[in-house]
Amino acid sequence: MALQEKYAELIQSATTMGVANLAVAEQDGVLHVSGTAKSTADYDALWALYNKIDPSMASGDLMMNIDIKADAGAQLKVTTDSTNLNIRSTPTTEGAIVGKAAHEEIVTLVEKTDDSWWKIKTANGEEGYAYAQYLSPL
Amino acid sequence: MKLTKLLMAIAIITTVSFVSCKPKDADIKAAVEAKLNAMPDMIKGATVDVTDGVATLSGECKDDMCKAECEKAAKEVKGVKSVVANFTLPAPPPPAVAPPASLTTTMDAAAQQKVKDGLKDIKGVTVTFEGDKAVLTGDVSKADRMKIMQMLAAAKVKSDVSKLGDKK
Repeated sequence: MALQEKYAELIQSATTMGVANLAVAEQDGVLHVSGTAKSTADYDALWALYNKIDPSMASGDLMMNIDIKADAGAQLKVTTDSTNLNIRSTPTTEGAIVGKAAHEEIVTLVEKTDDSWWKIKTANGEEGYAYAQYLSPL
Repeated sequence: MKLTKLLMAIAIITTVSFVSCKPKDADIKAAVEAKLNAMPDMIKGATVDVTDGVATLSGECKDDMCKAECEKAAKEVKGVKSVVANFTLPAPPPPAVAPPASLTTTMDAAAQQKVKDGLKDIKGVTVTFEGDKAVLTGDVSKADRMKIMQMLAAAKVKSDVSKLGDKK
């Protein structure tokens, strides 16, 4: 319960934002929060709150598995620091590079393969798997 | 003297005949126990106490039907005048605690690969896998730290970031 109190503001915000399927559970000293945020802005706000409540996120007592609502066909922006995003044949960095998406290019979501890898399609028709961390639903 | 002996004899005979005219409580107890123990799928830890033909039964019955059956079985034993049934029902099973959806159960090769993939573009961080945890070491910027935490959450792995320092 103590962790739910520590992160009460975050849980409250997630509720107010209307995070879908919001689930909060404490297990083995780690608070698990999962759900689907409506937008990238909501997602960023929740992570900023996490950083505020637990400076530097060093405690390792929160596992915030929030993804962003994006259905097949949704537009995604490539949010790498500056480089191109590799598009691969399989959902792992072992997969051969079949294409590249430029920094800030808009691509289309084909499917959310899992929470780490998404299948995307570029405007040029290149299709494959890219690391979801660098894709932000618009 | 004679009278005393006679009275004593009468007393002994009376006692013996009084006891022998009905089953002893201990025998009833044994008989009821044998009957209940013959139904192991119905009742667990059956205990029986018999006092003056009144059988008090206890133990853990699996359901209400079982209670009635056990009571009936005990009543059928010769010498049982009445039955007091103090059965208990099994405690309801504890609710299953599902692991949080945000956690994979094992740190398998696929999970490890996801972590490595996510760290690929983040400089100065090394990861080792100890037990079911990804242990991260190195100094990172604040922005990278958030990326790492987001990546770990997405990969649904347990982690230890206590050795992750701030880049000067």
